[in-house]
Amino acid sequence: MKALIGLDVNDDRYDIAVEGNRTLLEALRYDCKLTGSKQGCDMGDCGACTVMIDGVPVTSCITLAMECVGKKILTVEGIAKTARPHPLQVAWNNHGASQCGYCTPGFMIVGKWLLDHNPKPTEDEIKQALSGNICRCTGYTKIISAMKEASEIMQKSKSLE
Amino acid sequence: MIKPKKEKFSIIGKPMPKIEGFEKANGSALYTDDLMLPNMLIGKILRSPHPHAIIKKIDTSKAEALAGVKAVMVGAELPELYGVLPASQDETALAIDKVRYIGDSVAAVAAIDEATAEKACNLIEVEYEILKPCLTIEDGFREDLPKIHAFTKTANVMKEVHQEFGDVEVGFKEAEFVMENEYFFEGNTHVPLEPHCALAQWGADGRMTIWSSTQTPHYLHVALSNVLKIPRSHIRVIKPHIGAGYGGKSEPFALEFCSALLSKKTGRPVKILYTREEVFYAHRGRQPMKMILKTGHRKDGSITAIHMQTFLDGGSFGSYGLVTTYYSGVFLTLPYKVPRYKFDAYRIYTNKPAGGPKRGHGAVQPRFAMECQMDKVAEKLGVDPIELRLRNTVEPNTMTINSFRITSCGIKECLERTRDKSNWNFKFKEFKSPNGKIMRKGIGVAASTYISGAGKSIIWNEMPHSGVQIKIDRGGGVAVFCGASDIGQGSDSMLAYVAAEVLGVEVSDVHICQTDTHLTPVDLGSYSSRVTFMAGNACIQAAERIKEMVFEMASQKLGVPTSDLDCGKRLVFSKSDPNKFMNFVEAANMAESKYGTIGAIGSYKPPKIGGSYKGAGAGPSPSYTFSTHIAEITLDIETGVVTVDKIWSAHDCGRALNPVIVEGQIEGSVYMGVGEALFEEHIFYKNGAHRNPSILEYKIPTILDTPEIESIIVESIDPEGPFGAKEAGEGPLHAAIPAIANAIYNAIGVRMDSTPFTPDKILKAMEEKELSSGGSEKSTKKNRDIGAKKLVKELSVSN
Repeated sequence: MKALIGLDVNDDRYDIAVEGNRTLLEALRYDCKLTGSKQGCDMGDCGACTVMIDGVPVTSCITLAMECVGKKILTVEGIAKTARPHPLQVAWNNHGASQCGYCTPGFMIVGKWLLDHNPKPTEDEIKQALSGNICRCTGYTKIISAMKEASEIMQKSKSLE
Repeated sequence: MIKPKKEKFSIIGKPMPKIEGFEKANGSALYTDDLMLPNMLIGKILRSPHPHAIIKKIDTSKAEALAGVKAVMVGAELPELYGVLPASQDETALAIDKVRYIGDSVAAVAAIDEATAEKACNLIEVEYEILKPCLTIEDGFREDLPKIHAFTKTANVMKEVHQEFGDVEVGFKEAEFVMENEYFFEGNTHVPLEPHCALAQWGADGRMTIWSSTQTPHYLHVALSNVLKIPRSHIRVIKPHIGAGYGGKSEPFALEFCSALLSKKTGRPVKILYTREEVFYAHRGRQPMKMILKTGHRKDGSITAIHMQTFLDGGSFGSYGLVTTYYSGVFLTLPYKVPRYKFDAYRIYTNKPAGGPKRGHGAVQPRFAMECQMDKVAEKLGVDPIELRLRNTVEPNTMTINSFRITSCGIKECLERTRDKSNWNFKFKEFKSPNGKIMRKGIGVAASTYISGAGKSIIWNEMPHSGVQIKIDRGGGVAVFCGASDIGQGSDSMLAYVAAEVLGVEVSDVHICQTDTHLTPVDLGSYSSRVTFMAGNACIQAAERIKEMVFEMASQKLGVPTSDLDCGKRLVFSKSDPNKFMNFVEAANMAESKYGTIGAIGSYKPPKIGGSYKGAGAGPSPSYTFSTHIAEITLDIETGVVTVDKIWSAHDCGRALNPVIVEGQIEGSVYMGVGEALFEEHIFYKNGAHRNPSILEYKIPTILDTPEIESIIVESIDPEGPFGAKEAGEGPLHAAIPAIANAIYNAIGVRMDSTPFTPDKILKAMEEKELSSGGSEKSTKKNRDIGAKKLVKELSVSN
């Protein structure tokens, strides 16, 4: 028996009908049609499905949709507030930090979370923060460079404000 | 051979973003599972719980009766055999008479949603008669075990290869010393983050469209037509963005045939997405390989002869196995001079998921053996391992004993640059001297070689290996149509850079039409590191033909000969008179007025290369790449844990069309090699069940496990590559593994002749060494206890 629920995703409200065992990832992808978040393992191991719930990165493949009622969900589609790309996206593009790109949505969420809380992370802090996200293509080298550049861009734009 | 007429480049060689960079960073890039069609059904596949069993009966009636189930299919409905290689057709879409591994596909269901499809699968009743499984290389030679495939001549031996070039016995007699060692390379698998996915839509007109996460849309196209028995012209294969493959999506899989037939049966689109566990069953990864390597050497270290014997645990199906069997030996005549070479190989069918081509296909395992052997030779001779390699490397423009044509070759530069960058000369001696510390440093080197595309197509014919069509629109937009499959390595971007460079437009003016068999000319696919070399050359040819038309018009308008014209920044201009120029779009419009629609074709076919002996088709490539890796490690002698601190990786890629992408390929290759060296293993219980079919249990390196990687690009400017380029996607993997093994020896003086180099193996090898050198069992046991306690402590701290 499905239940009607409302999800607040990227500041939009989605009214959807879900079974009790519908994961947040399934609800986002198949009910809300927000396919940016990816399914890699279905067990919370790879991080490709990571979204932010009330400001905290969570693997949406092992989170139930019903648990998220009344919470604020942020997905990769909501990272850039306007048509202009977020500094993380600019840096990712500059450094070739996406190869196949399947892990990128998860990295965007965790990367944003890190830079929001720690605007100038050290390389070790970057590695610790991103250690729950697997990238099988890049060897992480370009991801680390992109994180550093994103941090610099955000610093600069702050100093301009 | 079309040679680019440019010397100075405005795009080639410059760091550039990839054309789909933003799309991938903002979540809008569409992968197969992101596609949803109206009225779409979800398919599921029922899998075998037995490694080897005869299917006596399948009863699907209960599944069919379940509400929401729209169709059920079994193997007998698609009886046609397929296999990616024409000479190895041993698979059916679903098992028909028997199952051959735990996870083999037995039946498929299409239903209104995933839960219903899963429920229906569980309602299918299959009666099995259990057979004894064949699970190891040794089992494969046993005549008392049932055959996995009826056609094998000797037990479960699928393929034998025997080659000899020159008389190796003479070579071994000539040698000052002969060394023979056994090596073992454990199986491992690709783990692309996107599980395989296919969406099929069978139209009422009998024509079918399939979107699939495939690296080889062309071969899928061929196989679908053969198995589904409809003309290839009625099938359209579209490849959306792919969440990588590394070789794991290089051939047709059950889900593509099943989604197609289920769509035909229901008249509705059907999508099948593999679970992560199913991806481990689909496999086609690195095959476990036992190797016996015998090499003869003179006192100066030069090689007098090599005899390699390989035994491949191939799993249940052929896949690319015929090629893997050859590749397990043919490349050992490189990158060192080898005057005599003998090679014997056996590939075994076993009741496990089929092995296939993982990045570096078949050549990674023997390279591990050869590079460890070279390290032992250097040790025996008291020569520096890099010096030994430098003395023996092949030269440019030479031919190997097995008739491989070497053109450009930067192996010496690779060795020298990694040596200098890593401070090898100091570290190698420093780390070697034993010290009492618990944390031991070590440094090791290895070199390798790989192909830039196979010289022969999988389906032998006279047609090109890659085709490109280019169309210019009236606004100056350049549309490039090519069947090359970008799987994340950047081949779409490569086409855009090449077209923009030749035509003098901006990269943003180029639109790449992703692989779609209705629209794009055939490119054989993303395997054997062939795309940059072949599609790149095809693209240059097509673009040069467009340029010819555009220059003809510009020549008329500007009143200068075409030989005086050049292009760039969307302009066509005179090289001698800077005042004479015009817009590219204007010249293109004039050409359209004269010729009609502006379009051109280009194609690439490798030159006739290779020998004329049996099996000569395996190994020849229009060009070879070369790599050298130096690994620096820290080894904890109490726990046996190896930490790779840094890898210097030099790769001769001919020319880096975009250095950022080349570095990315080097870094990704090194990363994958480190995983294979330290902990990845695709292993099975004695009953044939997969031991670790999840990302959690099959451990792949996280950002914390990955060493610092310094990539060094070596440019040997290949005479036949597009702008001089060769491959970069697979070559830089091979040497990472033996470099780490050799670093372990440098650190603690024990040899790791089998992968992965896990702590238990290292501790055991250290114990054996200590015992053989007169140490007591007690002291080694004491060490091990300390190590165990330390690990427990570390684990409890991190928890």
